[in-house]
Amino acid sequence: MSSPSSKLLTTAGLAADRSLYLTKETKMKTTHIRSVFAPLSMGLMALAFSGLAAAADFEAALSIKNHQFEPAEIKVPANKRVRLTVHNQDATPEEFESHDLNREKVVPAGAKAVIFIGPLKLGRYAFMGEYNAATAKGAVVAE
Amino acid sequence: MFATGLIVFRETLEAALFVGIIAAATRGIERRSLWMAGGVLVGFAGALLMAAGMQQVSAWADGIGQDLLNVGIISVALLMLAWHCIWVSTHGREMAKEASQVGLSAAHGSSSLWALSVAVALSVLREGAETVLFIAGFMSGSTEQGATMLLGAVMGLFSGALVGVLIYLGLAKVKTQHLFSVTNALILVLAGSLASQLAKTLNQAGLVERWSEPLWNASNILSNDSSLGVFLHALMGYDASPSVLQLLFYAGAVSLIWIGTLQAHKRQSQR
Repeated sequence: MSSPSSKLLTTAGLAADRSLYLTKETKMKTTHIRSVFAPLSMGLMALAFSGLAAAADFEAALSIKNHQFEPAEIKVPANKRVRLTVHNQDATPEEFESHDLNREKVVPAGAKAVIFIGPLKLGRYAFMGEYNAATAKGAVVAE
Repeated sequence: MFATGLIVFRETLEAALFVGIIAAATRGIERRSLWMAGGVLVGFAGALLMAAGMQQVSAWADGIGQDLLNVGIISVALLMLAWHCIWVSTHGREMAKEASQVGLSAAHGSSSLWALSVAVALSVLREGAETVLFIAGFMSGSTEQGATMLLGAVMGLFSGALVGVLIYLGLAKVKTQHLFSVTNALILVLAGSLASQLAKTLNQAGLVERWSEPLWNASNILSNDSSLGVFLHALMGYDASPSVLQLLFYAGAVSLIWIGTLQAHKRQSQR
């Protein structure tokens, strides 16, 4: 039976737990994976989170009116982080979705939501309103 | 009506598959139906609340309030799944032995049951809130349009739930001795899927700057909106245009939990 303290360890402290079993580990095949993987994954996470300052280089705005995006085409500078504010002025919710931008966000009726996109390479990135796909279409053009 | 049905089907399917797999993973454990049903009910109640408050939440934290809430929800759900996998690996063998003889006592199963119940509640909460918001949206329009759309929504809901039930019934045929390894593998994949969604949300909210652009776009081959794409997304987090961060989080979650279960299993067999 595992004691409460060991339960805590297994869920929250996999990395800390590791060091207690180093002698028996050398016989185990997973040693190599474990000794490399945990620091590697933590290093990667540190790297990813080092871009934590949510400051954007460019502000863009989009409105949803009558199930259409206004403007239907937004121009943004290439290779810059863009803070896109979507204001849903309709009485029904909309889902901003784009495969090209890899973004998906529900914007409730009357609400404003912020989506960070970029840095984008030069090109045209289509997006749409999932809930009104026939009429809600647009694109971000990075120039 | 069909478009409405498809949207509701997509949301419902994610929650239904989640619940179906977890329900299968708890087969044979005493009182688990209560825990599962409780999770679904709490999740649904939460979904109603969240949908009602979505407009306000959306404006929090300078427009990323919803994403922050999702980050919290997904992270907790991930921890719950990780706990379950690790817990089962320390008790899996005894549980499988017992299950084949008598029903498992809640004392053995309860430790992981609460975690799974929370995970179920959170899944229903997340998908439910979007669905409730969506349905409430078109209900406020004209009555005839609203009626047909509601019918579509109900059909989508029913279809999604049906797939979840089918998955559960399919998994119910798995022999008890293999049950935990099969469901653990499925839950591991669910965890990867959650981690991928977490990454996407972090990118979107501007919390993580790097690696947010899609690495490839397979929408021409298998689109996110096709029925197979929807199913694979609900089952294993398929995304036609994943970012590097999503892939890293997916692989990271699966690897970390898998290694955690191996460790826990080893410690168990060393006793």
